[in-house]
Amino acid sequence: MQVPATFQYARATGVEHAIELLTRYGPEARLVAGGHSLLPMMKLRLAQPEALIDINGLDELTRIRVDGGELAVGAMVRHAGLLASAVVGEHFPVLRDAERMIADPLVRNRGTVGGSLCQADPSEDLSAAFCALRATLVAQGPDGRRVVPVREFFLGPYETVLGEAELLLEVRVPIRSHASAYRKVERRAGDWAVAAAAAVLELSGGVVTEAGIGLTAVGAPRFVAEEAERYLCGGPPDEERFAEAGRVAGEECRPSADQRGPVDYKRHLAAELTVRALRAAAARAQGQEA
Amino acid sequence: MTTTGERPVGFGRMTRKEDARFVRGHGTYVDDVRLPGMLYGAVLRSPLAHARIVSVDTSAAEAHPKVRAVITGETLAGLGLAWMPTLSYDTQAVLATDKVRFQGQEVAFVVAEDRYAARDALELIDVEYDPLPPVVDARRALDPGAPVIRDDKEGRTDNHVFDWEAGDRAATDEVFARADVVVGQDMLYPRVHPAPLETCGTVADMDAVTGKLTVWSTTQAPHAHRTLYAMVAGLPEHKIRVISPDIGGGFGNKVGIYPGYVCAVVGSIVTGKPVKWVEDRSENLMSTSFARDYHMPGEMAASRDGRILGVRVKVLADHGAFNSTAQPTKYPAGFFHIFTGSYDIEAAHCEVTGVYTNKAPGGVAYACSFRVTEAVYLVERMVDVLAAELGTDPAELRMRNLLRPEQFPYRNKTGWEYDSGDYPRALRLAMDLAHYEELRREQAERRERGELMGIGVSFFTEAVGAGPRKHMDILGLGMADGAELRVHPTGKAVLRISVQTQGQGHETTFAQIVAEELGIPPEDIDVVHGDTDQTPFGLGTYGSRSTPVSGAAAALVARKVRERARLVASAMLEVSPDDLEWEKGRWFVTGDPDQGRTMAEIALAAHSTLELPEGVEGHLDASCVYNPPNLTFPFGAYICVADVDAGTGQVKVRRFVAVDDCGTRINPMIVEGQVHGGLADGLGMALMQVIAFDEDGNCLGGSFMDYLLPTAVECPSWELGETVTPSPHHPIGAKGVGESATVGSPAAVVNAVVDALRPLGVRHVDMPLTPAAVWRAARGQPFRSDLAIT
Repeated sequence: MQVPATFQYARATGVEHAIELLTRYGPEARLVAGGHSLLPMMKLRLAQPEALIDINGLDELTRIRVDGGELAVGAMVRHAGLLASAVVGEHFPVLRDAERMIADPLVRNRGTVGGSLCQADPSEDLSAAFCALRATLVAQGPDGRRVVPVREFFLGPYETVLGEAELLLEVRVPIRSHASAYRKVERRAGDWAVAAAAAVLELSGGVVTEAGIGLTAVGAPRFVAEEAERYLCGGPPDEERFAEAGRVAGEECRPSADQRGPVDYKRHLAAELTVRALRAAAARAQGQEA
Repeated sequence: MTTTGERPVGFGRMTRKEDARFVRGHGTYVDDVRLPGMLYGAVLRSPLAHARIVSVDTSAAEAHPKVRAVITGETLAGLGLAWMPTLSYDTQAVLATDKVRFQGQEVAFVVAEDRYAARDALELIDVEYDPLPPVVDARRALDPGAPVIRDDKEGRTDNHVFDWEAGDRAATDEVFARADVVVGQDMLYPRVHPAPLETCGTVADMDAVTGKLTVWSTTQAPHAHRTLYAMVAGLPEHKIRVISPDIGGGFGNKVGIYPGYVCAVVGSIVTGKPVKWVEDRSENLMSTSFARDYHMPGEMAASRDGRILGVRVKVLADHGAFNSTAQPTKYPAGFFHIFTGSYDIEAAHCEVTGVYTNKAPGGVAYACSFRVTEAVYLVERMVDVLAAELGTDPAELRMRNLLRPEQFPYRNKTGWEYDSGDYPRALRLAMDLAHYEELRREQAERRERGELMGIGVSFFTEAVGAGPRKHMDILGLGMADGAELRVHPTGKAVLRISVQTQGQGHETTFAQIVAEELGIPPEDIDVVHGDTDQTPFGLGTYGSRSTPVSGAAAALVARKVRERARLVASAMLEVSPDDLEWEKGRWFVTGDPDQGRTMAEIALAAHSTLELPEGVEGHLDASCVYNPPNLTFPFGAYICVADVDAGTGQVKVRRFVAVDDCGTRINPMIVEGQVHGGLADGLGMALMQVIAFDEDGNCLGGSFMDYLLPTAVECPSWELGETVTPSPHHPIGAKGVGESATVGSPAAVVNAVVDALRPLGVRHVDMPLTPAAVWRAARGQPFRSDLAIT
């Protein structure tokens, strides 16, 4: 049986209280949301925080709302909640696709949207999906609130721009007439992605006016394939251009080899899944289910 | 009385008696055992694969306020317990003294007041290591100049463990020389792990007053463990009680004795308190018995018209740092030499070379019937390679070469005597269930469209139910098993057996065997197992031996009781025993069926004032030991249908048809459950499981994030079929079935995937068939699955 080292525990009663606790306990404190990354690391003693600040009581962060033409997902929304949300399913199929393949129902019942982003795991699905959507993140710290574009949120593996006493409140995505999809290869249901791609297409008059391509697990800087996005804009959403976009995405990512696969395979997957996600998004734009 | 519905008197489908407690969470596993004053142990493990130990400083750990004892290799050396014998006449370090030889090896043991303190104290132990170059790749283990792992053994200058061979080399060379066609294929059956849901553990309680040691332990073989404790620790055997409570899966992982068990015993002796040690998941995966790890360059010879003439292989077997494989002692490669499989082959020869590497010890374990899994995989892959070479349909090639029913009992070319079988019938049934010809048509159409669909066939012959004792033993203990049957005055019975269920349903199956013989309901028969103070001696449950060996003992001991009941009935009815006939549950007078006595009436009479006849002293109780005359040989035909995504390398197993013949089926529901589990297991090995190591000897499969078990998502709805060919030498005609599906299924899955990839010119892919492995193989650039992917 794996047991963690000693730690202190405090339960936050509100956002302000959580920030106060973070300030009080200092840099060796960690927020615990769903705990599905942190607690296993603590049991393995790869993480030994001095204090856990439990934010599971912060009901104000558990809502999914439509607010001023934007979808606002509270940081404490569980994966299962995001998956079950009708408004998310209607406007953001990329999120529904991703959630269907994130871990398993047990993890999805507990794990949170905010926890997934703040963990900044290089294989996180939602990071790629929200980056493709160009979401913005609202955070609050001792100095007040700020808004951070998700593409500027990640500094590297397990590292974000959040300050020591700063708390993610919600994720906001503009509701637009775009089409989207997520495609992932995993070794087994519930495993982390070998690679995955999120595609978001905004079309006007048969031309791509904006493209979002998110990639996870393949070392794409800030989870996006920017060159491929730029390439797609201004042209038709057809197979030929998708293939080229995939090729560009495969080249701009920087995968590393591990037991999920060698570099050439991951690069290939980044390209292949980019194409498949784009294809599915384009089909959805035509009103076809994909 | 006949078998009816859900509640048979004897054989038939019935729900499992033990499930009432399991589904309600009322099972009692080792970790549920809590004794007054109990302390907790934790093992400090080596972070390095190969290093000399310079020093071990335990002073800070000992100063921890909740620590009661810290035990090191040096402590144990003082007691003569630093090394223990393995089941293969090697030695294994209990706690390392000189060197560590694999990552995760046991270095020190802390006993503390709670689990948390024990774990905290591990971090206070300061071990200084002097790193040595590790031997990671088994294919390099015998290179000149390779680091010598076992320098604890006097005079050892290399990493060689053993050479072993079977079959006739000259005859085999001769058929290969004259064969029209010879095919070869190098293949790896990678290292996998049984990964039972419950990890291994022990609660040891040495009573300082009585000198009695009670050990609650995760063991598949409680009696063998007790004897080994007596032999190793020098404790008197009658003062040792091993209790194996509910066991959450074994699959071979719980056959041997692990260092943690010994440390818990020593911890209890040192502290005078009960000590619990239960390993965590990573400890289980990194340090306890692995399985397989066979490098197999196979060759097959055949005539142009598709008659298989010969098969040969020179196996390189990776045994890890200590040779602690669990198998009949005379067979260092287990039963691998049944690699002629299910075919009428003129000549066969195998050589097996075992080597030490800086990896966890173990071997053989994991639902493999002592390496029949590797043998079946080899021959079934070779048949497919041959079929591809000849351009023959693999099912047709098998049909042409399968043993024919009239050849049984059949003696194969490496000395096995297969007891019974009708192989073509089983294969035909599997093909019918799968609609094989239709599948081939569908495949042709899909190939036209560029889609990758594969159909994989495998046929296996298992060899289960070890002994006989004269041929099979573990450290001199012959493989036979006892049974004791007590019939209470009211006709209720208690059966005591020496084998140990780990989830197989013994409490139901064995009650059904006695019920079948005595005609009393299974509910009226309690099955006691897992406690050496309460059960007769026997070698335990592994290699699918419970039903073939202990099941026979249960039937025979019930027949003894039945014959004794006949004598009592004859006295009750005042007729000669010869004038009595048996029907399920009662003896009656020949020609006068109304004149009879039920088992319950007879049991009461046997305890009553009745004048008992000669041969009956006072009750009906009996005991026996069953020494099997031969193994039993279950068999089956499996067909797998898989689709491969050419763009990603992903494999989807669409269908799986499994026809199993395990002779008489005692409880078909339990048999089907065993087959379902084995198929999922086999599919997992084929598609996702491997314990690989990086160049430094770091284990790359030390958690369930890295070592993948299949889920329902990956498993198709299993399609089962059966034929029943009873074993001629088993009292009820039953053969073991626990490992059949694990033995037979991996080859079917791999054959299906390779078949799917055939249009791309692929002839073989090593397991596990992960998306990356399949994609690379399809491009002609396979990678080694046992090493780190670079």
